[in-house]
Amino acid sequence: MTGKPYRLPESAGAGRLTDRAKPVSFTFDGKKMTGFAGDSLASAVMANGQRLLGRSFKYHRPRGLVGLGSEEPNALVGVGEGARHEPNLRATQVELYDGMVAVSQNRWPSLGFDVGAFNNRLSRLFPSGFYYKTFMWPRSFWKTIYEPTIRHAAGLGKAPTGRDPDTYEQLHVHCEVLVIGGGVTGLAAAEAAASTGARVIIADENPRFGGLADIAGGKIDGRPQTDWAALRVQQLAKADNVHVLARTTVAGHFHHNYLLLFERLADHDPQLIADGVPRHRLWKVRANQVVVAAGAIERPIAFANNDRPGVLLASAARGLVERYGVAPGLMGVLFTNNDDAYRTALRLKEAGVGIACIVDVRQQVDGALAEAARAAGFEVMSGHAIAGIETDIGGKAISAVKVAPYSSGQGRVINEEKIECDFVAMSGGWNPAVHLWCHNGGKLKFDDSLQTFVPARHSDAISIAGAANGRMSVGECIAEGYAAGEAAAKAVMSKAKAVRMKPPSTEQEAEKRLEPIWFAPATGKYNEGNKHFIDFQNDVTAADLELAQREGYESVEHTKRYTTLGMATDQGKTSNVNGLGVVSQATGRVIPEIGTTTFRPPYTPISMGSIAGTSVGKLFLPVRKTPVFSWHEAEQANFEPVGEWRRPYCYPKMNEDRQAAVNREIMVVREGVGLLDASTLGKIEIKGPDAAALLDRVYTNTFSTLKIGKGRYGLMMNEMGFLMDDGVTVRLADDHFLMHTTSGGADRIAAWLEEWLQTEWMELRVFVTPVTEQWAQFAVAGPKAREVLQALGGDIDFSADGLSFMSMAEGRVGGYPVRVFRISFSGELSYEIAAPANFGRGLWDSLLKAGEPFGIKAYGTEALHVLRAEKGFIVIGDETDGTVTPLDVGLDWAVSKKKTDYIGKRSLEQSYLKAPNRKQLVGLYTEDPNEVLPDGAYAVEKVTDKPPMKMIGQVTSTYWSPTLKRSIAMALIEDGRNRMGEMLLFPLAGKVVKAQIVDPVFYDKQGARQNV
Amino acid sequence: MLLIRCPVCGVKGEEGDFHAGGQAHVRRPATSDPVNITDEQHRDYLFLRHNPKGLHFERWRCDRGCGKWFHAARDTVTLDFKAYYKIDELPPVELMRQATGYWAEHFAPHLKATKAKKPVAKRNARVRS
Repeated sequence: MTGKPYRLPESAGAGRLTDRAKPVSFTFDGKKMTGFAGDSLASAVMANGQRLLGRSFKYHRPRGLVGLGSEEPNALVGVGEGARHEPNLRATQVELYDGMVAVSQNRWPSLGFDVGAFNNRLSRLFPSGFYYKTFMWPRSFWKTIYEPTIRHAAGLGKAPTGRDPDTYEQLHVHCEVLVIGGGVTGLAAAEAAASTGARVIIADENPRFGGLADIAGGKIDGRPQTDWAALRVQQLAKADNVHVLARTTVAGHFHHNYLLLFERLADHDPQLIADGVPRHRLWKVRANQVVVAAGAIERPIAFANNDRPGVLLASAARGLVERYGVAPGLMGVLFTNNDDAYRTALRLKEAGVGIACIVDVRQQVDGALAEAARAAGFEVMSGHAIAGIETDIGGKAISAVKVAPYSSGQGRVINEEKIECDFVAMSGGWNPAVHLWCHNGGKLKFDDSLQTFVPARHSDAISIAGAANGRMSVGECIAEGYAAGEAAAKAVMSKAKAVRMKPPSTEQEAEKRLEPIWFAPATGKYNEGNKHFIDFQNDVTAADLELAQREGYESVEHTKRYTTLGMATDQGKTSNVNGLGVVSQATGRVIPEIGTTTFRPPYTPISMGSIAGTSVGKLFLPVRKTPVFSWHEAEQANFEPVGEWRRPYCYPKMNEDRQAAVNREIMVVREGVGLLDASTLGKIEIKGPDAAALLDRVYTNTFSTLKIGKGRYGLMMNEMGFLMDDGVTVRLADDHFLMHTTSGGADRIAAWLEEWLQTEWMELRVFVTPVTEQWAQFAVAGPKAREVLQALGGDIDFSADGLSFMSMAEGRVGGYPVRVFRISFSGELSYEIAAPANFGRGLWDSLLKAGEPFGIKAYGTEALHVLRAEKGFIVIGDETDGTVTPLDVGLDWAVSKKKTDYIGKRSLEQSYLKAPNRKQLVGLYTEDPNEVLPDGAYAVEKVTDKPPMKMIGQVTSTYWSPTLKRSIAMALIEDGRNRMGEMLLFPLAGKVVKAQIVDPVFYDKQGARQNV
Repeated sequence: MLLIRCPVCGVKGEEGDFHAGGQAHVRRPATSDPVNITDEQHRDYLFLRHNPKGLHFERWRCDRGCGKWFHAARDTVTLDFKAYYKIDELPPVELMRQATGYWAEHFAPHLKATKAKKPVAKRNARVRS
């Protein structure tokens, strides 16, 4: 088949958008093809004589073009190669450029010969709910066999390979009026709104404005509609207060008029990308007023095998000719229930495309357009419907349609007539594009004359006009557009100097009422090899919807989920109302009674790149750095994320692996002296006459009795009685405390304290000030820690009596102003030294220098964790998981029995938190000292051949202890403290590890090492 | 995404700049009497929250602004904010009167008490026209 007959000669006066002087070459499925500048990918492929554009989702039926724009359900293609491949684009919206590489989707091995098409032969075995009903057993097959096979067979396009090389950006914009849609209605609304000086954004998903002005017929001020539209666009583009956005889909409407606009800046021209233009831009718009002028979408008719390539919407046939000069075929049949479709017959004839006859379901056809068609010589078969389609083998091309007499409510077809043709243009009426109206709760009502849903009410500052509001004539559209634009601007602008817009004169053929047809009966026995498609994209047929009703899915929302009607990227653009019509007939309920399903954003898919915007790579998440971060980097530390912080995990030396480095660092602390960057530790200053009172209420233990210059370890519970934070809080003055929190909890705890002060204990006079980043803080830990600090010099007495355990001092060390806290998280003699952040690096370097003779070495967070585990200290988030009380982890001593009130106290009295079988913290020694249990391993009561086994607890921390030269673990075990000495079983993959319950303090139980 | 105005610092911002704090006017029983709290009182305080269709009263925090907690009256159907008022205030009297169900019961004693007095908080302008 050559392309020639499909590209109409220039003399036909068609192809308004294409430039015949600029040929463009591209490939489709590897086949070299040519088109013209201005073509869409769909029109160019069609012009080359190929009408097969894809395979359907479930049955793999051959599919061709149906629509003209974003409503296209079938022709989904992938464009670009490698990392620049973008799947699931509508071929109707892809603007052709030279060198484009495009592929069809959902076929294997090729579009012409597809193995999956076998599904179509078996379709009686694949009714709705097939997956739910069939792939139930055996359960293990789902993951290994069923799902991978189904995923391979179904699904749409393929993901690109490699990292996206292009840039994307986002904009945040405010405007007074956002107009959605740039057809005549939208342009009128924007013109009216802009005339008041309001900031206006008008967006249209197409590369050019005017909507369907070029194919809607009729004139404005005696000239083509497109002239009027072009002038408006020109004027709006010149205005300072208007953004005119082409190729921009308003993807979603959200609360309080927040909208997402998806602009495709460079998809249509690879040169732009090469010049560094972002590929896509996501506009995040907050509009005072929104005008929806999204137009209308033609609906198909459900007749037998209406999905064959060559069956397309009448508007699409008209548009192909008018815009691209491409004939949908050589000889067609028009199938309609309304007057508008006659424009297609007239336009196609004008361009020299053959129409064998017009099949109209209405008994009486006498509208102005029908009369014009008759006058032009068309045969109009009124009271008829298409009862079937004849195709070549494989169903890839139409050879004829079967037409039979039709009257509403009629059953099986008996006498039929065959009409040879190679395409069918169908029109079942028009549906207002109400998707965006509905995204944020807009209500709809059924319109009897249009036989579709039209907008009713909305609680947002949003209005709807033109075809989207069910106004189908150009005169009504402009008048309503002006009115909506004026009203929107007036509602926002304080002194709106609205120029009262004077609607132009319009002329357009009047249209007579349509007759709804939800199902055209087929020849032969019911459903014998025939499929009446409702939702092309999701392969939902009329029979599927009827089956859903028979099986009891009466609610339309249930029908949707059971059959997949109106789901996925299509969101029911062409299928919604037809589906409701079928359900209505199947149940005997009228459509308004059935209601509609929910339209969800996005209107059409938006790219992942645009969602990410510039938040990629280093900009994805800011990294919090301590004042000595650059030193860690220079030492080539192994980093680990702790919230937004990056902390050194360990500092491996040459040829040293992580485990060896950690072991070495631990022994440095146990035998000599180590230095830890603890700057991330949460620090909150609490000041005011009631500071102590606040601490008494948020901690389980008492702080009002704490002496100045002393610290105390505190536990914080939430109101449920569960541990949420811990740390040492130091009293700096009578009314002044410094609270230490976990590194991850600093922000949360500061907000927590604020919340209580602001909302519950308003009488307390306390300031809470987070100061984590104002201080650098380092732990000097190990038997030689005191000597290092003394060597550094200063005015602080570091002797055992001068600065006793759990005391603090302020002064100077090595010339730096510091606060020193004698606290220990390692069980060794240990000082935490805090200096204002700007002195951090200097102090760090001084400590290293002073410590050099003592062999000081930096240690990382993993050594820190092992050191604390050896001592049985808990870590919030390791030993606790939001369901653990202080009693569970054996910290009863820190829970006050005297205080009348503190957060969580009342909950601890609940019986379930005092139950004897609760999980309690214990230590574990594995039977084999070299076996380190995995984190989170479960202990079971009894090991059986296969699950389920009764679990009695889990490992919370587990390490190799170089100090003890064996593995150690902490675990939460049911009634653990009463099971001391018991051997527990941990079934792991391929083995069972035995471990004995021991005291969780593994090392220096008396605390002798830190009290020196 | 909701558009919210802080009644303390006056800043108007996106929902993401604020922190939702759940139902308003929940008092902690222990603050007034830590000793005699029944299990039922404790349960209601911890877990019982209302989710009315229509007028609702909530707590919000001006997270990226002044950091203060405040109250808001919001219609859960239209998502319209009817009023913002400070954390130690009761809703405007006319909203307390409009309240139904749980909230009507909750505000009844306050309405009685404020009958003679002037309104507790001034009604704030709605965010959107």
